[in-house]
Amino acid sequence: MNSTGGLIDYLPVVLMMVVAVGFVITTMLATHYLGPKRKSKLKLEAFECGIESQGNARIPFSIKYFLVAILFVLFDVEVIFMYPWAVNFKSLGMFGFLEMLTFMGVLLLGFFYIIKRGALKWE
Amino acid sequence: MLAFIIYKFILVLIVFLISLGIAAYSTYGERKIAAFLQDRMGPSKAGPYGLLQPIADGVKMFMKEEIIPDVSNKWLFILGPCIAMFTACMTGVVIPWGRPLIIGGETYALQITDINIGILYVFGVVSMGVYGIMIGGWASNNKYSLLGAIRASAQMISYEVAMGMSIIALVMTTGTISLSEIAAQQDHGMWNVIKQPLGFLIFITCAFAECNRAPFDLPECETELVGGYHTEYSSMKLGFYLFAEYINMFISSAVISTLYFGGYNMPFINELGLANNVLSILGVVFLFAKIIFFIFFFMWIRWTLPRFRYDQLMDLGWKKLIPLSIFNILLTGAIMIAKDLL
Repeated sequence: MNSTGGLIDYLPVVLMMVVAVGFVITTMLATHYLGPKRKSKLKLEAFECGIESQGNARIPFSIKYFLVAILFVLFDVEVIFMYPWAVNFKSLGMFGFLEMLTFMGVLLLGFFYIIKRGALKWE
Repeated sequence: MLAFIIYKFILVLIVFLISLGIAAYSTYGERKIAAFLQDRMGPSKAGPYGLLQPIADGVKMFMKEEIIPDVSNKWLFILGPCIAMFTACMTGVVIPWGRPLIIGGETYALQITDINIGILYVFGVVSMGVYGIMIGGWASNNKYSLLGAIRASAQMISYEVAMGMSIIALVMTTGTISLSEIAAQQDHGMWNVIKQPLGFLIFITCAFAECNRAPFDLPECETELVGGYHTEYSSMKLGFYLFAEYINMFISSAVISTLYFGGYNMPFINELGLANNVLSILGVVFLFAKIIFFIFFFMWIRWTLPRFRYDQLMDLGWKKLIPLSIFNILLTGAIMIAKDLL
């Protein structure tokens, strides 16, 4: 009953998914029907430390967060590129190492640029 | 085939229940440890030494009124905690809990599934957890929740880059990304933490940030944000968020133990000449001892270190941990090449 290396390996993942979804749905339904229901208009307002809530919460937020998200996409894609290289590092030897030095160099250049431009500066 | 499915299903149920049990008792452990470090008693009323406290808490969560604010998006509001809980449960699938049991000539692996991309699977599922927080925080339509959710997502994605890079140096030395193979390699050789001390430090720091644990608990920083992304939540929906955090802590402790601390292995255990099945049961015990130690470590840090400021958090993630992990990759590569040449 060992792994076979095929798609059958993912069957237990599906089993776990079924168990997890079943648990989540049952719990949500249970808490919905078990709890008391004493709604009032004030109770259903958005919480703002007791004072009346002002306006909509979906206001524009700092562009910094968006920049971080964009940079994350860039860097994470590069990290994923490194995985196949790292797995085969021993067989690639010196050649692979030099290639990766070039790749890292380009990566660091870009990294240096975004730091110099102040993209990661938080006041 | 049917036997295979039944065996896997039993294993899935066991792992699922153990995750829930450990998470429930982590809440108790956290309160007891906090109490101990602050010279208090901690929970002591429910059952002997307050041991029934997690059950009492769970019942309380179920019996609370469920509040969905008028201004929120109802379905997304419900979906948020469901995703958080679901992703937390899904990660336990690839952890090797012990070496295979042999019963009546059949080998039973103590791992739900041995997919050959174990590490990538963990990363993929963990990063989906961001959606739970982001959707929940946005759907609440509350200013505190939204700020907490944005902070949480920016923090989690920032530390994910450094975490991915710290693993690369480890993968270079192991040559595989299957968790069972990494655990098995440490059976005869050294634990990976000796080969990768810097990588381990980066990884554990990032694990703290990924789990939103102190000193990186800015998303729910109560002095500024009331409750952070779960300000509007009540009843079991709040319970799901809190519970998911503890399950994540359990799973990341398991991943840390497997990757860096030998998983189910213990030095010199092979020299005792024990039977295979005894060894594998001992292995499970060792792994859980390591996991419980790391959960304790998480809590110890929480009650020792104060919280970071947000700019410090981002600086640590981007300007220190990422260059440090790149340096670690280059260092590992250089040492391995040098060993090869000499």
